[in-house]
Amino acid sequence: MASKRIGVYICHCGVNIAQNVRIDELRQFAAGLPGVRVAQNYMYMCSEPGQEMIRKDIAENGLNRIVVVACSPRMHEPTFRNAIKSAGLNPYCLEIANIREQCSWVHKDPDVATAKAKGLLAAAVTKVALLEPLEEREVPVTRSAMVIGGGIAGIQAALDIADSGFKTYLVEKEPSIGGHMMQLDKTFPTLDCSACILTPKMADIKNHPNIELLAYSEVTDVKGFVGNFKVTVRRKPRYIDETICNACGTCASYCAIAIKDTFNEGLSKLQALHIPFPQAIPAAYVIDPLACRYTREGTCRQCEQVCKELNAINLDMQEQMVELDVGTIIVSTGFQTFDPNRKPELGYGRYDNVITGMEFERIVSASGPNQGQLLINGKKPEEVVFIQCVGSRDKTVGNEYCSRVCCMYTAKHAHLVREKLPDAKITIFYIDVRAFGKGYEEFYDRVKGEEVYYRRGNVSEVYRKGDKLICRAEDTLLGQAVEVPADLVVLAVGIEPAAAARDLGRQLKLSNSPDGFFLEAHPKLRPVDTGSDGVFLAGCCQGPKDIPDTVAQASASAAKAVIPLARGTVKTETMVARVRAEACRACGYCVDACPYDAIELGEIQLGRVRKTVATVNEVLCKSCGACSAVCLSGAIQQSGFTDDQLLAVIGAIGKEY
Amino acid sequence: MSSFEPKIVAFLCNWCTYAGADLAGTSRYQYPPNVRVIRVMCSSRINPAFIINALLEGADGVLVSGCHPGECHYTSGNYMARRRLVLLRRMIEYMGIHPDRFRMSWVSASEGAKWADVVKEVTEAVKVLGPNEIKREQAWMQPSL
Repeated sequence: MASKRIGVYICHCGVNIAQNVRIDELRQFAAGLPGVRVAQNYMYMCSEPGQEMIRKDIAENGLNRIVVVACSPRMHEPTFRNAIKSAGLNPYCLEIANIREQCSWVHKDPDVATAKAKGLLAAAVTKVALLEPLEEREVPVTRSAMVIGGGIAGIQAALDIADSGFKTYLVEKEPSIGGHMMQLDKTFPTLDCSACILTPKMADIKNHPNIELLAYSEVTDVKGFVGNFKVTVRRKPRYIDETICNACGTCASYCAIAIKDTFNEGLSKLQALHIPFPQAIPAAYVIDPLACRYTREGTCRQCEQVCKELNAINLDMQEQMVELDVGTIIVSTGFQTFDPNRKPELGYGRYDNVITGMEFERIVSASGPNQGQLLINGKKPEEVVFIQCVGSRDKTVGNEYCSRVCCMYTAKHAHLVREKLPDAKITIFYIDVRAFGKGYEEFYDRVKGEEVYYRRGNVSEVYRKGDKLICRAEDTLLGQAVEVPADLVVLAVGIEPAAAARDLGRQLKLSNSPDGFFLEAHPKLRPVDTGSDGVFLAGCCQGPKDIPDTVAQASASAAKAVIPLARGTVKTETMVARVRAEACRACGYCVDACPYDAIELGEIQLGRVRKTVATVNEVLCKSCGACSAVCLSGAIQQSGFTDDQLLAVIGAIGKEY
Repeated sequence: MSSFEPKIVAFLCNWCTYAGADLAGTSRYQYPPNVRVIRVMCSSRINPAFIINALLEGADGVLVSGCHPGECHYTSGNYMARRRLVLLRRMIEYMGIHPDRFRMSWVSASEGAKWADVVKEVTEAVKVLGPNEIKREQAWMQPSL
């Protein structure tokens, strides 16, 4: 075994480390450790000159193991692996000691920080001496992607990936794509008609040769790893063949069962046999199995009689399970709005003239239940009160965050009220107005100029007095309690992660931020990546955002998702488990422990002996180490985290140096 | 006793607690320096022998921290770790070591503040127990040659 020639490189990181850790003392300490040939320090080890220092020393001093003492390996492990690789050294002969995030940044006392840094450094030197070179492997990638969630985020992402030339599956749980954006009337700040800007993109999805749309479908299982995912999709039965249906709608007029129209937020009804909205894609009708007489009790079948020419209706349709191979996945499952029943003091559910912002969108929409007329109980409201921050910035309901869009959508709503009811009294109760985007402040200014009365205060109660509602609040700028009458109260409900997406998150091993949205890999620099390689995020499932930011993030996500597809190969895990066949007793404990079924017992030839031992499929192994912990013989070991290496680290890390 | 500073070794899983500890650092939460971290990819890597070893070497406390149950990056690793280490706790008590010297916690990648709290709490708890009752001859507390 060649002797280890170790180089130790200590980073100042500007003052981030140097402020609290005595670098010179650390360097002298490192130089005295067994096996250390070179001990250097530099301002920014990750910079080009810093990396060059390492490369030079490898060449001139024959170094074969490198320790970098700096920031977290989660930050720069790939940087330094590449640096030593370019100098001809195996990239896995590297160990990083974290003396920034877990030392200098959290301990202000230099004595204490330096002592701890010595322990961490010594542990890293001890470990690196025991590391062995590891081989990198590449496997081919399935050159297609899947986008889960067909709102504006998913639509944009799917179009971008498909335009790049790759097959894209777009999976949407509702019978039509379009998401919440389809429900909006006009969008701030331009007052663009939402459906008008969305439907062309929906048509593009339908017509794109590279896109396969699986609407009314849900992902039930995900297996595999980046470049090689196997996704199981459950295609729910529509009871109408969407490839035949021409959306003429004749069948629906014969359906006797009425259900709540969820697209109109329950403000109107439609038939159990219906199309979600006229511009639905796929442009086909669907039957609600929970309401239909045939699916529930085997009677009726009127619709079948009517669709005689095309025979598009098949009431005995079954659900289909489809298995798809894809290379990368984008999650764009969107949001749900806050349920204001959780704030009963605001009167939602008790008074029918207390409505949510989304219900307001449907009421003022030309395609909504009132054909765009702003009528409450058949009458035009004279006094309208908007209440901001309902379900946001509110510890009592567990949503501390700001939902980002409500200030702007309420300003938009106020503007629409002014447009439709020139004489109405309009009041908006706010805490802070956030008009952060391009054209937003200007729009807010315009709305204020339309005699919309912004009053700073949190409404504590909405109650009925005669035929008016009274909104009770403290106007903080006046320093007084006020009671403002209203014919219509609109609650600016916030954005929450879609509850339906929680299971999908578990399937894909996605973490959640404290606010419940999916966690991005890094809040600043990797806003669309997740902790799971090959799985990306787009839109409100990652955090509340408006349409411009959603579209931007969707395109970003698509660009990231295309990278492995364009390359055609992906690196497999390098630090996989390896078996020393001579020590293996084939007990099978490791086989049971492996979450990926990557280990099998099989016969091999070992010298002159045929022996049953465990063997690892290095493509399936995700290098978690579970097998290594249960092995009775110490035969199977996770590369880079072997028992010998970890025990040596334990021995070195706690010493007083 | 008030000047006793416990030495605590912590095994942190890369995907959750290690990332959470990094976040604590990035957010500059301050906490006591008594905990020294060994990174593993998953809490399921922890062989109970590591913890015994750490205690024999002179650790006054050992902490294992991983992803919240249900959120393991490798699906089930933290369940295996939990089952195994709950048994271990009983064993170390049988060996004459106070069981509170061995702690487990679940800290996710976004819980920087929680990591700082865990470190403070575990340090305080182990401090109260005093120095480790059993350690090898060539323990950590001996100055290195």
